[in-house]
Amino acid sequence: MDSALEQELQIFAENIRLASLRAVAAAGGGHLGGIFSMAEALAVLYGDVMRVNPRNPAAPERDKLVLSKGHCGPGLFAALALKGFFPLEDLLTLNQNGTLFPSHCDRQKTPGVDMTTGSLGQGASSAAGIALADQLARRAYRTFLILGDGELDEGQVWEMALFARQRKLRNLVALVDLNGQQLDGDTRDICAGVANAGAMFASFGWNMLAVDGHSVREIHAALQPAAGVPMQPTAIILKTIKGRGWSRLEGKPKVHHSVVDEAQLREAEAEITRRIASLQAAV
Amino acid sequence: MPIIDGALEMRQVFYQSVGRLAAQDERVVVLDADLSSSSGANAFAANYPDRFFNCGIQEANMVGVAAGLSAGGFIPFVHSFAAFISRRALDQVFVSCAYAGLDVRLVGSDPGLAGHANGGTHMALEDVALMRSIPGVVIVDFSDPGMIDPVLDASMRQPGVYYFRLFRKTRENLYPQGTEFELGTAYIAKDYGNDATIISAGFIGMREALKAADLLRRDGVAVRVLDMFTIAPLDAGAVLAAAAQTRAIVTLDNHSITGGLGSAVAEILAGRTATPFRRLGATGFGEVGTLDYVLEKFGLNAAAVAATVRGLLGV
Ligand SMILES: Cc1ncc(C[n+]2csc(CCOP(=O)(O)OP(=O)(O)O)c2C)c(N)n1
Repeated sequence: MDSALEQELQIFAENIRLASLRAVAAAGGGHLGGIFSMAEALAVLYGDVMRVNPRNPAAPERDKLVLSKGHCGPGLFAALALKGFFPLEDLLTLNQNGTLFPSHCDRQKTPGVDMTTGSLGQGASSAAGIALADQLARRAYRTFLILGDGELDEGQVWEMALFARQRKLRNLVALVDLNGQQLDGDTRDICAGVANAGAMFASFGWNMLAVDGHSVREIHAALQPAAGVPMQPTAIILKTIKGRGWSRLEGKPKVHHSVVDEAQLREAEAEITRRIASLQAAV
Repeated sequence: MPIIDGALEMRQVFYQSVGRLAAQDERVVVLDADLSSSSGANAFAANYPDRFFNCGIQEANMVGVAAGLSAGGFIPFVHSFAAFISRRALDQVFVSCAYAGLDVRLVGSDPGLAGHANGGTHMALEDVALMRSIPGVVIVDFSDPGMIDPVLDASMRQPGVYYFRLFRKTRENLYPQGTEFELGTAYIAKDYGNDATIISAGFIGMREALKAADLLRRDGVAVRVLDMFTIAPLDAGAVLAAAAQTRAIVTLDNHSITGGLGSAVAEILAGRTATPFRRLGATGFGEVGTLDYVLEKFGLNAAAVAATVRGLLGV
């Protein structure tokens, strides 16, 4: 990956943070912690890796993405808006009466959203089904699945892991946002085992890669189709920090859900735009 | 009713009551599925760290574990959002809890439209229908914090599977402090007269039902309002009395029109009375928005209830 692309993707990630921050602030609150921790992953996926067409979002011939941690929908909507699926201003209707942008992903409402999620664990299985459908229909496209680490508590994820290996879903790529926190607190105090997600997927017969989830370069390398053993699904463990990119949240305990007032919005906007400016200056 | 200064939220009252039972009975334990800061069970956890189990986001496993705890002699209170404790763990509720004849108390918060801020995935519009179809499950939808102590006390005397619908955040009391409630007996929340009866349950439904009664009274229509907080087993006597003594019956469900309180009332009335009867309940899936917006969208607010009563009476 050349450094121009690297900078472009880093800027994309910061713009995802900025747009989702504004949407969440307009809605009164939302899951910024888990949105910010996956911003780089979304930037690499939509900014370079995924083959999607904003003018034809439902074309069968495309890569698909299931955001199984569906509460982080605003992050995905920001990526889609920046990619041209709909105007950025539309995001400001997040969770308003009659909106097409409910914070939990809804494939029937938001263009470019490939699966309805919000009941944790279920997106895992539907992603496997979408990948299987592409195989059956001989479409050479991949399905990307984003899981939370708290979400790995759900047995459904591991039922899917067995199934996907059995069916040789090599076109399925699961990305685990290993940010160490879930709703009630740190994952180590609830189901500590999820910290071993990489070893768990590997023992289920998946390709496994672990990367710095805030390095677009590392994520990009891991997402190259040649990266794993053929005939196996791939799990990419993203080592991340919940709330990454806003000092009020980053690395702090219990940042699952945030209410953002006017002053905090300005503060976060200032932090993010400052980083965007310095990234642009470096180009 | 005005909000009393310093009043506790419904969830605080609930887990205080569970704490009171835990102090009296060593068998009481509490389980949650990564929602203890939402349910208020974290307050119980602070007082009884050894009797609280945060299972993580695994509702089906949690309910199964609760069944095992009951088989081993404990009395578990198990919480997730109403949508998840019902839909996500239904076969565990059915087989491991109810069919196995065990003693488990399921707590579903954000019942019905209460999940409006999180949208369709989180709105429990079918939980009552699902639970009502399982033999023996006692279903209580609390409308007022004063109901919690008497209902939980009664449940300790009678083992079985209970499903408690808990609107977690309100500090508003619908009824005067000291009002007496008995599990299984409908509470007559208003008795303005015999023109019609409105039947509802739970905080969201009862608040609209009570408002509707006042709207109607202004127009000279005097109704009775029944708070059917025990949805199963249903107080059939109160329903049949309303059918005999008043000229029409309207039910209001904070739930789908299919299988909820209105359906339970219909099952009592069918073939027994000719009293005009209408059910109000949600049709279709939930969606994100304000509570007022979703109440209006589904036609479940006080104005809709009042209009339905007037329609049945032809006034
Ligand atoms: C089946 C189910 N149970 C509970 C919830 C409520 N809930 C929403 S987000 C969340 C925590 C998720 O933690 P994690 O997967 O680590 O997500 P992240 O930290 O990336 O936001 C919980 C318990 C839910 N949405 N679905």
